[in-house]
Amino acid sequence: MIETHAITVTVNGVAGRHTVEDRLLLSDFLRGTLGLTGTHVGCEQGVCGACTVLLDGVSVRSCLTLAVQADGALVDTVEGLGEMDALSPLQELFRTYHALQCGFCTPGFLMTCVDLLRTRPLASETELREAMSGNLCRCTGCTNIVRALAAAVAARGPLKVPAP
Amino acid sequence: MTFAEARPRFVGAPIRRLEDPRLLTGHGSFTDDHAPPRCAHVAFRRADHPHARIVAVDTEGAARAPGVIGVFTAADLAPLVRPLRATSRMKEYHATEILALASDIVRYVGQPVVAVLADSRYMAEDAAELLDIAYEPLPVATSPAEAVAPGAALLHPEAGTNVLLTRAFTRGDIDAAFAAASVTVSGTFRLGRKTPAALENRACLAEWDHARRALTIHAATGIPGVLRDALAECLDLPGTRVRVIAGDVGGSFGGKGSVYPEELAVAALARKLGRPVKWTGDRMEDLTATSQAFDEIVTAELALAADGTMLGLRADVLGDIGAGSIYPWTAALEPVQVVSFLPGPYRIAAYAARVRGVATPKSPTGPYRGVGRPAATFAMERLVDLAAARLGLDPAELRRRNLVTAEEFPYRTGSGLIWDRAGFQESLAAACDAGNYAALREEQAIARGAGRWFGIGLATYAELTGIGSRIAVAPGMPINTGTETSSIRIDATGAVTAAFGIAAHGQGLETALAQVVADALGCRIEDIAILQGDSALVPSSTGTYASRSAVIAGGAGALAAREVRRKLLRAAALLLEVAEADLDATDGIVRVVGTDRSLTFREIARAVYSEMGRIPRDRREDLAASETYDPYLGTAACATHLAVVEVDPETYHITIRAYYVAEDCGRIINPLIVDGQVQGGVAQGIGAALLEDVVYDGAGQILTASFVDYLLPTAAEIPPIGITHLELPPPDNLLGVRGMGEGGTIGAPAAIANAVADALGLAITDLPITPDRLFRLLASGETA
Ligand code: FES
Ligand code: FES
Repeated sequence: MIETHAITVTVNGVAGRHTVEDRLLLSDFLRGTLGLTGTHVGCEQGVCGACTVLLDGVSVRSCLTLAVQADGALVDTVEGLGEMDALSPLQELFRTYHALQCGFCTPGFLMTCVDLLRTRPLASETELREAMSGNLCRCTGCTNIVRALAAAVAARGPLKVPAP
Repeated sequence: MTFAEARPRFVGAPIRRLEDPRLLTGHGSFTDDHAPPRCAHVAFRRADHPHARIVAVDTEGAARAPGVIGVFTAADLAPLVRPLRATSRMKEYHATEILALASDIVRYVGQPVVAVLADSRYMAEDAAELLDIAYEPLPVATSPAEAVAPGAALLHPEAGTNVLLTRAFTRGDIDAAFAAASVTVSGTFRLGRKTPAALENRACLAEWDHARRALTIHAATGIPGVLRDALAECLDLPGTRVRVIAGDVGGSFGGKGSVYPEELAVAALARKLGRPVKWTGDRMEDLTATSQAFDEIVTAELALAADGTMLGLRADVLGDIGAGSIYPWTAALEPVQVVSFLPGPYRIAAYAARVRGVATPKSPTGPYRGVGRPAATFAMERLVDLAAARLGLDPAELRRRNLVTAEEFPYRTGSGLIWDRAGFQESLAAACDAGNYAALREEQAIARGAGRWFGIGLATYAELTGIGSRIAVAPGMPINTGTETSSIRIDATGAVTAAFGIAAHGQGLETALAQVVADALGCRIEDIAILQGDSALVPSSTGTYASRSAVIAGGAGALAAREVRRKLLRAAALLLEVAEADLDATDGIVRVVGTDRSLTFREIARAVYSEMGRIPRDRREDLAASETYDPYLGTAACATHLAVVEVDPETYHITIRAYYVAEDCGRIINPLIVDGQVQGGVAQGIGAALLEDVVYDGAGQILTASFVDYLLPTAAEIPPIGITHLELPPPDNLLGVRGMGEGGTIGAPAAIANAVADALGLAITDLPITPDRLFRLLASGETA
């Protein structure tokens, strides 16, 4: 018998109430139930990072998170970052530095970077590369992603770490 | 013929990609993003035996599980879809069949056996677990050496052998070359088995339109045209009723360059059920059932004169092709190209080589970025370094003495390839310049003095790209890889649509082709919609692979755009009552040169299509053209890679301290994209050299079925790469471009192997070279 559960989640600022199977992954909830297909699934094992979203502001792997765990939470996905004709500054930098080729890993990298830019000093290239090594990109060799993030670090104001 | 656009505005400029906004905002259109109503989801139950007879399949439990729509075995599909056969005119090649589902025998772990369709993927997977398949295990010969041994268990008994193909190449008097040699060096090299590991797993969605009796397939593929043709054949439908759309595709690297069993099954099931059917592979399915790569044992011997002149090369290549042929490439693609490219960019008078492809119970090998060249370059470049050490010559100097020089082009290699003029020597010089080679050697001497393991490695290679019909990459195969078609039109609003048969999966071809068309037509990039990745756009196309799209599709686009421009100027000349020669088109405006009189594309289009009477009826022509380009021969592309590594004496961790690439890709359409391809290709080569290894155990079970076991390089392992583009006269094709998407992966394994060998004085013969392998090599005391 498959159990279901009612949850209330706010995704990209829009609150909604849904009945979901207990076992439904957050990634499948976003992609299937909500039709937000910008969040990608590359491994379903927590390794590739393509499925990264923010849960209450913190980056998580939506393939290792159950939809019911998002009950009462704020979820942010790539769809909430910017618009096609009004990209966010980070998205603009990804474009300028050619930090994406096929674009499949890109939503996960973007959401990871959003979290890193808020919480980490990213003071050296080594730290930056280590910080991003949890996301896989098969196309770019990561060089241009590192450059885009470095440019975002340079452009950001003094680091504001949100209160715990 | 050379490029006619005298003043290119867009070709050569670092135009930001047109693809990016949708991909950056989550509005891409990948196959799994499509969710049509009433969609049935497929889960495949796959073979867990490498070689076994299917004795019985009990589907009852699965069929009764919640949400299940149907359970299908090979027997159920047999009447619906014919098997595929990758035929070839090659002698001594045995084609094996590709079935939608395994029938009777399974031949690799991961081969699809039963398809379960349910209302959701979760339900389909649940039900697939309830299937009970009884197997009778059959004997396995998992290593190529076992598989070629007399009396080995046969994977395809009807072939009478596991050796599914044999070819030999000879030129010159090889025995005389070796007899005359002062020095010979030899080795047995193996570039281990790889998997493409595109971040998007393979997927397909088939929809049957009952009213039109037609199938539309969305597929994560780089070859929609080939898939359309194959499905039309296997399903016995005319091409008008099969359309394959490859929207956004998340990388391929070869893995999405073949026709797969899952695609046959999904298409057949959608037609049978009359509703959409979708399969999205997971990572385990990708790592076990997507075409794999390389895995040849290359035994080679190089003969040189005392001054370092290369005299002859002998090789015996045994390729582990896995369970059988792959469509349309046959089982020959990878191992035969190893032998074709082994002599590399060098002047070698005598060549004798044999290649055998042997079947083993593993996922079949197929195209992979670089095809054949990475393994060939690894073996050859190791031999060059071994020879340099024996002769007491610097490795760069030995290369310089033997690389084909400018005066010798076109040069015919021992395997019969023809190199047109390309910067072989120049790439070596430029890489050494970029890395400051002499200073590096000094730095190395100091580091060595301090007991550090510091190594420098070079690799020079050449490849054939943009290959035309004369030497198409698929000799004797059922497809033509030598041409591409472009169809361009200006519609009644003055907007431009340029359609192509190719199918990009990360290469930025929408942008690069828009640059080519905009220059040839005389309009702005934003005036053009590039259509690609759809089998319905042009009559025939084989897609995107083999560094061909910029050369061949770009050439077709330029031809078609020039023809449309001619028609546009003819119309404008009539409207403005001037001679065509007085007209010029830029920015979507046709101007009378030297005056302020002009017409926009929109105004001309309205006059042609809507304002009847403005152009005489007998001179009215649609602003449209379709052209096919065939470069006939291929274009050489080449590069030299220079790697600097240091090995940690405690952990044996290999750090790449610096990396340089000097390459000749001819005219550059978009430098952003070109550099991105080099960076990505080198990263993939670094993975091949240091991390990636598909491992099967002796019983034929795969041990690397997740990203925890199959390691891809990350930002932490990949160094910045110094890239130099040689500025040399462009090649003699329509756009003056050379294909360049694969090169990075070709040079990197060899350069890194040479650098590690140089650091430690070791015989590096097997890649990947991991810290534990390095430790064991050092412990065994085997030096070069
Ligand atoms: S899909 Fe979640 S980490 Fe790969
Ligand atoms: S851009 Fe293709 S995987 Fe990163």
